[in-house]
Amino acid sequence: MGNLLTAPMTVDSSEDRTMILNMGPQHPSTHGVLRLVLEIDGEVVVRVAPDIGFLHTGIEKTCEAKFYQQAVPLTDRIDYLSPMHNNLCYCLAVEKLLQLEIPERAQWIRVLLSELTRLNSHLVWLGTHAMDLGALTVFLYCFREREQILRLFDDLAGQRMMTSYFRIGGVSLEPPLDFYNRTRAFLKTLPEKIDEYENLLTGNRIFINRTKGVGLLSREDAISLGVTGPPLRASGVDWDLRRDMPYSGYEKFQFKVPVSTDCDVWARYVLRVQEMRESVKIATQALDGLPQGPIKADAPKIVLPDREAMKTQMEALIHHFKIVTEGFAVPAGEVYQAIESSRGEMGYYVVSDGTAKPYRVHMRNPTFATLQAIEKMCVSRLIADVVAAVGSIDIVLGEIDR
Amino acid sequence: MGLVTDTAENKDAVLAARADHRAILALTEHLPNAILNAKFDRGELTLTIARESILAACQTVQAAGYNFLADVTCVDWYPNQPRFQLSYHILSHSLKQRIRFAVLVEESDPSVDSITGVWPAANFYEREVFDLFGVRFGGHPNLRRILLPEDFHGNPLRKDFPVEGYR
Repeated sequence: MGNLLTAPMTVDSSEDRTMILNMGPQHPSTHGVLRLVLEIDGEVVVRVAPDIGFLHTGIEKTCEAKFYQQAVPLTDRIDYLSPMHNNLCYCLAVEKLLQLEIPERAQWIRVLLSELTRLNSHLVWLGTHAMDLGALTVFLYCFREREQILRLFDDLAGQRMMTSYFRIGGVSLEPPLDFYNRTRAFLKTLPEKIDEYENLLTGNRIFINRTKGVGLLSREDAISLGVTGPPLRASGVDWDLRRDMPYSGYEKFQFKVPVSTDCDVWARYVLRVQEMRESVKIATQALDGLPQGPIKADAPKIVLPDREAMKTQMEALIHHFKIVTEGFAVPAGEVYQAIESSRGEMGYYVVSDGTAKPYRVHMRNPTFATLQAIEKMCVSRLIADVVAAVGSIDIVLGEIDR
Repeated sequence: MGLVTDTAENKDAVLAARADHRAILALTEHLPNAILNAKFDRGELTLTIARESILAACQTVQAAGYNFLADVTCVDWYPNQPRFQLSYHILSHSLKQRIRFAVLVEESDPSVDSITGVWPAANFYEREVFDLFGVRFGGHPNLRRILLPEDFHGNPLRKDFPVEGYR
């Protein structure tokens, strides 16, 4: 089996009794195009080698050829389940380079949408994870609620998934009039729906047997392998960037960071469900306390002017023309900005050489690092547990391959 | 250019101003010659580490409480020399603090010690840098392309690689 012509990456069997099994890239439970090369001894996994890159599109290279503001829509495409987190992280990084002050209202809208994005992403995770383990109903329920979030995004940004709603210096538009009321109504119903999912899963003997004690990852391994987000907290590390290194005004919100020391797939499930409840709380706080004021920074050379101003004021028209045709120069320097995305630490390393195009944009993606822990989770377990473990790290290949 | 070529005076000034910084304390105590330069910009500390000291520097800061490797990546300063700047982003959970190590690597010998022995997390990151920049990591357990196919020619994130690729 060591010379599969179509597969350059192979793992040779270390013994006669073992065999090599390809899982993916077309396997439904690998959530996209992840290829896992398993060495198995009967049903037991001896080695796991992830093979990635099937979705590599060279986004980091493309960013270098675009103006700073043109790279925002590219960032959506990385993690297509939490586009707003990518937008936010990139904008925060460039704003840090520019030393730009963002108005409070824009910050709160960003927090509100970040939490809606987290709910969106966790709903997809819960649905697909449960489906992998044989609970099909949950998938349909989760997508029912996710659809409502996507409709809110659609109204807000004109796009369901690739929203590109955040801008360097704020957000692109004032949300439509009924957006807040609809969001509030949705958030009010969501806790009941989460109860509904929990009714289907939390006491479910099959689900418990498939997840408890499966995919174990110790605290030390989690830290040394660069695991972040819910899998890190499920391994007993109390670390959440929203609370510990706040950005975009998160220090003004009250929320709990669920932590577990069980280290298994079950703990990751429980944590994410609790996180969804906390996200509802944060989003509600953002709605309740939303300050008045502008939604864009007062920086005419960086932020596009209002349509009305552009049509009536010569200066605004000039700024508009300049920004669109020449971009804006960003002072030289390098920054690393990290946020807590749905999957963990999402970081943007942006290097500027003083021109209008980023010299280098690097994305530090949470599941890229977390994928390295898959071997620790799966070795000497059954093949079926690999499915549970892959689901529990909430993998998105778009952000791994970029 | 944003190239890390600040003067040595700048280094001494930065180090003196942040003498109580845990990473600087540990490094000046255990590896006094490792820090080639220091920069504090936009709230972020960048320490330029001598190429041969990166492994020891990582061990030192890990022992000083910087327990988590967040990221390893590279910047190509072509046509300037030294051409490659490796950037290591290291986080401390207990201090809630980040530091950045920069290592400058010449084009003629683009290689540096792997830090997978200190943080196994560096495995994929170093493979990515090797894949996209062609910088080699000595002592890496599995240094092969990670994102691109193994028969791919060139290193696309190098600045002399055209954005649209070779036709």
